[in-house]
Amino acid sequence: MTAAPLHFMGERLMLTPEGALFWPAHGLLAVADLHLEKGSAAAGRGQLVPPWDTRETLDLLGNLLRRYRPQTVVALGDSFHDKDGASRLQTGDAARLATLARSSRFVWVLGNHDPAPQSAMAGETVDAFSTGPLVFRHEAHADGRGEISGHFHPKAAVPVRGATVSRPCFVADGRRIVLPAMGAYTGGLDVRDPAIAGLFPRGGQIFLLGRERLFRFPLAARRVSKVAEPPAPETRLFPDPPQRPMGRRADTGR
Amino acid sequence: MVGPGGKTRAAFASGQGGLCIPRMRTLPEPFAAWFAARGWTPRPHQWAVLDAAAENVLLIAPTGGGKTLAGFLPSLAELAARPRPGLHTLYVSPLKALAADIARNLTGPVAEMGLDIDIATRSGDTSARARTKQRDAPPNLLLTTPESLAVLLSAPGAAEMFSTVRRVIVDEAHALAGTKRGDQLALCLARLRALAPELRAIGLSATVAHPEAIAAFVGASRTIRAAGGAPPEIGMVLPAGRLPWSGHMGLAAAPEILNRIRATGTTIVFVNTRAQAELLFQALWKLNEETLPIGLHHGSLQLEQRLRVEQAMAAGRLRAVVATSSLDLGIDWGGVDQVLQVGAPKGISRLLQRVGRANHRMDEASRAILVPANRFEVLECEAAIAGVAEGDLDGDPPRDGGLDVLAQHLLLMACAAPFMPDAMFSEVRAAAPYARLSRENFDAVLTFVENGGYALSAYDRYRKLFRDSEGRMHIRGAPEARRARMNIGTIVEEPLLKVRLAFGPVLGEVEEYFVNMLSPGDTFMFAGRLLRFLRLRETVCEVAEGGSGEPKVPAYAGGRMPLTTNLADRVRGMLADTGCWHLFPDPVREWLAMQKQVSRLPGRNDLLVETFPRGDRWYLVAYCFEGRNAHQSLGMLVTRRMERLGMQPLGFVATDYVMATWSARQPLGIARLFQEDLLGDDLEAWMAESSMLRRTFRNVATISGLIERNHPGQEKSRRQVTVNSDLIYDVLRKHQPDHILLRATWADAAGGLTDLGRIALLLARAKGRLRHMVLSRVSPLAVPVLLEIGRESVRDSMSEDELLAETEALVAEAEGRADPPPHRPFDRPAPRGARRTAPVQGRLL
Repeated sequence: MTAAPLHFMGERLMLTPEGALFWPAHGLLAVADLHLEKGSAAAGRGQLVPPWDTRETLDLLGNLLRRYRPQTVVALGDSFHDKDGASRLQTGDAARLATLARSSRFVWVLGNHDPAPQSAMAGETVDAFSTGPLVFRHEAHADGRGEISGHFHPKAAVPVRGATVSRPCFVADGRRIVLPAMGAYTGGLDVRDPAIAGLFPRGGQIFLLGRERLFRFPLAARRVSKVAEPPAPETRLFPDPPQRPMGRRADTGR
Repeated sequence: MVGPGGKTRAAFASGQGGLCIPRMRTLPEPFAAWFAARGWTPRPHQWAVLDAAAENVLLIAPTGGGKTLAGFLPSLAELAARPRPGLHTLYVSPLKALAADIARNLTGPVAEMGLDIDIATRSGDTSARARTKQRDAPPNLLLTTPESLAVLLSAPGAAEMFSTVRRVIVDEAHALAGTKRGDQLALCLARLRALAPELRAIGLSATVAHPEAIAAFVGASRTIRAAGGAPPEIGMVLPAGRLPWSGHMGLAAAPEILNRIRATGTTIVFVNTRAQAELLFQALWKLNEETLPIGLHHGSLQLEQRLRVEQAMAAGRLRAVVATSSLDLGIDWGGVDQVLQVGAPKGISRLLQRVGRANHRMDEASRAILVPANRFEVLECEAAIAGVAEGDLDGDPPRDGGLDVLAQHLLLMACAAPFMPDAMFSEVRAAAPYARLSRENFDAVLTFVENGGYALSAYDRYRKLFRDSEGRMHIRGAPEARRARMNIGTIVEEPLLKVRLAFGPVLGEVEEYFVNMLSPGDTFMFAGRLLRFLRLRETVCEVAEGGSGEPKVPAYAGGRMPLTTNLADRVRGMLADTGCWHLFPDPVREWLAMQKQVSRLPGRNDLLVETFPRGDRWYLVAYCFEGRNAHQSLGMLVTRRMERLGMQPLGFVATDYVMATWSARQPLGIARLFQEDLLGDDLEAWMAESSMLRRTFRNVATISGLIERNHPGQEKSRRQVTVNSDLIYDVLRKHQPDHILLRATWADAAGGLTDLGRIALLLARAKGRLRHMVLSRVSPLAVPVLLEIGRESVRDSMSEDELLAETEALVAEAEGRADPPPHRPFDRPAPRGARRTAPVQGRLL
């Protein structure tokens, strides 16, 4: 497992292939959209999915805590799939979550799926959490700066030889980072969707989750289309080929 | 004395034409008078079926042999002699259109003879009113499909309704046996026999390679064979000019195909894939200056559109239709004058089936013309023509029944009435596909239906069955029963998206993964039109007409049939036997002669492997002739082993005939790559990760009821189903690798798509008989496969992560963020002692 360093607001952050963000200077680990007990919620609607999603997600979280030994863990909202999620935790899972929550300072940011604190959320519950130049919240604000958020479950489809590979991903520019969902049974929203692309009008970078490491690709700037046809949002994963591939000196923007 | 043939024109009409009258005997009235009025006499096999009315029989007859009438004769005779209310005969056909058609064609003669027999059809389209009527006053003859029969048997009143049944007719039994629909039907037949012990079955089948298996499938103790019809006349047409080296579309022959259409009344042009259908249709219309009416028919077109084409064809308004296997089965159009098969036939039975679509008169020869798309296909066509002439049918014996189908069946049986597991086990084992089912597997499936098995038992609220104190299994409640009935069926569709013109009509459906590869503005060919992709809206792919650029053609998973073992064996035989080369056209003969000169020809019982350098790579070409699916699996296994042996493989490509790899280092010690233990070590690891196994699991999970396609009050999009099944697959694999559904998935996957059995045969054949030719350059026989490289997806050989890494590096390089890798010229000279290659090869490429 190799985490990718990312310089952001003058800080050095690490993005992990599991989809978490670690801030070494503050010993802070952020994870987004755990959606615990989504399996049991789905079963309630007749979708018989195996009930191990919670265990799976807790395994992942436990591994991250062991590897990074964070002082603070920030869960960026939608930690439970619904407001009764915590009450459906199986006994073993509830105990494990309690153990994990005792090992560090746990900050639960509330999300749209879990708008109120729940019994199993041992630690603090907040609407947003700020420290240093960074602010952690569930859903990105239009004017956010130094903002780390989740909510959208971003994923990206990358055309590779003869196929397209679609994976959850981080999306980042100089102002904000959107984390992928960590929950076991979570789907995703394509980064080209206006809801995500609109947050990155000047483009940015995406980091696709891989088994051992992340894969980094550019996210094209959102072109404002004046012609009506085609009306689809004209965001493309890859910009047109650069005219001077080696002309880095001409980059005057920074 | 020749009357009209074909099921469409009259189920009865096809009964005529007895050129010889075997015995002086007469039919009972009113049949005798009715037959006599038309100048008809029953055929010998129709008599035979009547004589065997007290037995379970399988009738094997070629198309146009009056099978359907033979099937109904005993029922009609019984009902004419002793009219009575209640269900007497069930007719089951794989196509609901066929059932409806037969019903229409029975009603007329039954009325003409003044028989008091009521006839009804039952399918997914039957109205609620008609269903109620059928339940309250069952018809004498009910014509239906396997799925609708399953629905009827799951009703609480099933025992009463079916207790009066005396006969069941299974039409097109050969098309059902060995499939999951066939598994379901076999289980339903077992149930029918339990409800009505006097039941007699009649199976109707085309000529097949394993008649005993089809007989077992319908439970027949006696097989009746009709005399064969006139042998078909099959010819071959080559494109004018150069004979293509590779490609499978056969577009080069479009002018010849159009000539043939022009010269004959009505033609069906069969192709092998939907993509090929689209392209050939376009190619024909580009040349079709006199605008002959030519239609297009394939499985992804909108149903109404397909029906329009079928009606136009039946009414004789079309001169030709370009079709895929969507027209292999179905209602006969009496007036088809010839069949063209464009591209390799892939199997002898399949070719016969298609040829039989022309001229449904038993006494006249069907006419067909094969149009090979490349040189290898010429060999295959000649081999198939010889195979047809010898009546050498192919096809594997039906496999064991699917455990997922069993799960669905057990749930439905519990919906009808509570059952004891022991009794149900014996009932299930009476169905041929489940004759070898172990009690252990039965119990595991039953437990899965009862509570989901260990994997899902945490949800005790969602158990579907419960056991009473005596061990009887009951359905848990009305909601579970309703959900079970809403999810009947064993046909699981690929996730499909509708294709709709913006502000216009829906054109048809394409597979989701194809749409995922499109960007707005991309063009593609569909429904015979050039379309531009605009956007994806929910599950609808919106398009506009026109556009520019190289169009893509939607491909469909599993669209291609692999070459059958039997036909492959014939091709190998023809290659090895120079005596039959006179059958081949000149370019093919020259090509083979050249191969013999510079390398050698594959033998009938060996494995020829060539290795040669080209550019900075080494190529290895293995002439296995085991079909695409087997070669795909083999390529993956061989490259993995090459990797371990340090040969640095870079990729592979598979066709129906050969498997080729390319590597940075020279492959030496080739025998190590084709050892029999190849199927051991890497196989499991690769399969478990492959998308093929995930797709298989999705089907198994859907059929078994783990994932419900339809849920009351909630229309679940198929997109979401895919996501869920992948997640469940991963979780089950981790937590309960021996779950019954995973076992069912492996059993499915080891057959069809991976063709592991054929790899095993190949490795056994290669043992001690591997012929390795080290060449200094490409051999003539290897040219076609080298031309395939780049067209074929390499996805299966590389993991997604590797593909992502490669793309990431390329993008970084293009953006100037990374340096390109150093150029490493090919520095290994061609091996000494290699067989000298004749200079004539230079002209080949």
